[in-house]
Amino acid sequence: MRAFAALYTRLDQTTKTNAKVAYLAEYFAQTSDEDRLWTVAILSHRRPRRTVNTTLLREWAAELSGIPLWLFEESYHVVGDLSEAIALALPQPTQSSEAGLSHWVEYIKSLGAEEEAVKKARVQSAWLQMEHTERLVFNKLITGGFRIGVSQKLMVRALAQYTGIAENNLAHRLMGQWTPDSTTFEALVLTEDPLEDVSKPYPFYLAYALEEAPESLGPPKAWLAERKWDGIRGQLIVRKGEVFVWSRGEELVTDKFPEYAPLAGLLPDGTVLDGEILPFKDGVPLTFNELQTRIGRKNVTQSILAKAPVILMAYDLLEWQGEDIRARPFAERRQLLERLLSDTHTQGIVQPSPLVPFTEWQALHSEREHARQHHSEGLMLKRKAAPYLSGRKKGDWWKWKAAPLTIDAVMIYAQRGHGRRANLYTDFTFAVWDGNTLVPFTKAYSGLTDKEFGEITAWVRRNTKERFGPVRSVEPRHVFEIAFEGIRKSARHKSGVALRFPRMLRWRKDKPVREANTLEDLHQLLAAYEGNG
Amino acid sequence: MALLEFTDKGIYCEAADVYIDPWRPVGRALITHGHADHSRWGHQHYLCTTTAAPVIRHRLGNIKLSTTPFGETTSINGVKFSFHPAGHIIGSAQIRVEHKGEVWVASGDYKVRPDGISEPFEPVPCHSFITESTFGLPVYKWKPQSEVFEDINAWWRANREAGKTSVLTAYALGKAQRLLNGIDPGIGPIFTHGAIENTNAVIRKQGFALPPTIRISQQQKSQDYAGALVIAPPAATGSNWMRRFKSASVGIASGWMALRGTRRRRAADRGFVLSDHADWDELNEAIDATGAEQVVATHGYASIFARWLREEKGLNAWDAQTEYEGESLEQDKADDQEGTNETTV
Repeated sequence: MRAFAALYTRLDQTTKTNAKVAYLAEYFAQTSDEDRLWTVAILSHRRPRRTVNTTLLREWAAELSGIPLWLFEESYHVVGDLSEAIALALPQPTQSSEAGLSHWVEYIKSLGAEEEAVKKARVQSAWLQMEHTERLVFNKLITGGFRIGVSQKLMVRALAQYTGIAENNLAHRLMGQWTPDSTTFEALVLTEDPLEDVSKPYPFYLAYALEEAPESLGPPKAWLAERKWDGIRGQLIVRKGEVFVWSRGEELVTDKFPEYAPLAGLLPDGTVLDGEILPFKDGVPLTFNELQTRIGRKNVTQSILAKAPVILMAYDLLEWQGEDIRARPFAERRQLLERLLSDTHTQGIVQPSPLVPFTEWQALHSEREHARQHHSEGLMLKRKAAPYLSGRKKGDWWKWKAAPLTIDAVMIYAQRGHGRRANLYTDFTFAVWDGNTLVPFTKAYSGLTDKEFGEITAWVRRNTKERFGPVRSVEPRHVFEIAFEGIRKSARHKSGVALRFPRMLRWRKDKPVREANTLEDLHQLLAAYEGNG
Repeated sequence: MALLEFTDKGIYCEAADVYIDPWRPVGRALITHGHADHSRWGHQHYLCTTTAAPVIRHRLGNIKLSTTPFGETTSINGVKFSFHPAGHIIGSAQIRVEHKGEVWVASGDYKVRPDGISEPFEPVPCHSFITESTFGLPVYKWKPQSEVFEDINAWWRANREAGKTSVLTAYALGKAQRLLNGIDPGIGPIFTHGAIENTNAVIRKQGFALPPTIRISQQQKSQDYAGALVIAPPAATGSNWMRRFKSASVGIASGWMALRGTRRRRAADRGFVLSDHADWDELNEAIDATGAEQVVATHGYASIFARWLREEKGLNAWDAQTEYEGESLEQDKADDQEGTNETTV
């Protein structure tokens, strides 16, 4: 795995996209077909399943390193990355191995069926055949946490450089359900006309966030507006009498959403819809939380279906009567979508996402302000003339999110960050006043600059009151403005509320601690916005 | 009362009424080495080793300073003090304290493996040992220095071929001279930041032969730096001072570079794992060699390291609060900051 580990190191040492692509292309050129295929698989989120749980890995690593488990755990906390902590703690290797990536991936996969004692012996033996970075990569593969800072898109670009095949063609070939066991590099990547795969989706077109006012987009008549729904972006395909549903992560999720199954007989063959998989009941969207709970379950039971049924809030029509119509203007696709859905009775399973009518941008400002009342996150602005592009592209599609809710809170606990931020205090617990006591209500760990994190870290070190393992309680002296996207009741939290996407918007150095918000303020927000965000 | 106590001013020996590396002004201070967190302003009288003295004088100016050679005993109120090499930087010492048959050693900062320029660490048998624990976790294990220098040389060579400047950050006192002493000066010219060159001048005057270096100055042009190596204190990176290098690769030489997260957060192009502090194995080796039954861990992962010594080695070990900083990446030690302005005038 030396070559793959060397690639990992090179990719890790640069932030420059072109350099990453060049290193990867160079690696593709030098490695074997088997390793190429596994590299493509790993960089397209087709990692092998985890065959050993991390608790056991920690124990085995501590044992082989000759240290007690508690000391390993303390070290892990400082390092912030289990794979790296193991690689660092282990003793020097006793041998080296010439085997490549695919050998070690197969080795890891083969562990699944073994007894614990055999797993242990094999993992420890593997560790002793590898140097630091090989171990790191091996551990990341075995724990399923392999990430290398190269998107699938960059991988495809590198593969295009190496093979001379166009990126678009490669992206299409790499979609769908394959694993390195079900295909070969030759068949998957190099074969011009791969087996027809009726489930094959189109690449998603993703919007950029609109940072300025929509006035910056030019005359309003060139644009259409819709609400930005808070579900899971999905693509629904009906071909050859079958339904397939893909999530934005290019995961096939058909089985998770049996609600869509009847569409096979309802929508005509050769239909591909882009839309939002949205929990929806009695005519209104439910919170994302309902959907999240549902995704987490292995089996979709009747009670889940009754509690959080989904619809497809359709945004766009990509394939119509078997024809790829992505190049046509959005306004035309939208008309076709509306016609299709009014001609077809889908039992409410698919609904066109309503357009928000406007003639002046001014009208949209107020729509955005009231986004939460419509159970939406904000607005989507789409240029009427725009084709359906692939990937995140600037210019034709913009998401204009509603301003977050905010509250001023006092920092009371601090914890070191993980990974990149292992030496900084970045994870904080915040509280609001309830009379004279501070009641914790949320954690947040993003939103400050590196400089601010450095400053607060120095302050935390000097103002620690008590330590509870990795957590330090600090003097209540700093007020932060916390922004969040939604608020709901929670029996699990002392404050009685749970926030969605909390983050630090501003460090309110100007604000005395006594002037932070109160629990009552928080409950007022709950009453006003519960479930609406 | 123990022979050495931790007070709010520093490590105190009541029997002799002296402090070791105090962080508040005291009457009489015994100093292990010249880093700012160990030798501070404001004491009435200082005692350090002969080789540590020039840098301490350079930093603290007009102070009352006496010196002692390594291994020589000084008696104060019947307490015997002697200084023994700590291997941390030039002149750095462990201070041995003996009174009525009881021996303590305060080791300041130390590393066990020779770095080629500092007087090599010598284990000093004692009953009680005060140890740093900057890198007191089993994930910190240094590669041999020769391998690190090979990596640095290779990095410099590759940058030089690409016409880039190699900017390597290191403490002005200690790490900078160790780097100069260890890299291959045949690759190209070496420039230094003013703070480092000032320290180099003091060290050279003491008789240490460092390779030739050129002080960065306003007279130079950016093309003078193409392919060169520049050694600068950590504080200089990210400052305006860096702008003079048109195309540069930035490397950091520090023990903290062992962790990928730290390396990435510093946004350096390369991290070289090179520390003047003992790694996990060295700490354990040093403690074993003293034969001490009692160990006090200071700055670093002190409480974790003390627990390890207690539970796994059966020693009477605990951690003490001090104001020593160990190896810092976040804030730069005072001696690095001093010189930062000098070169911009």
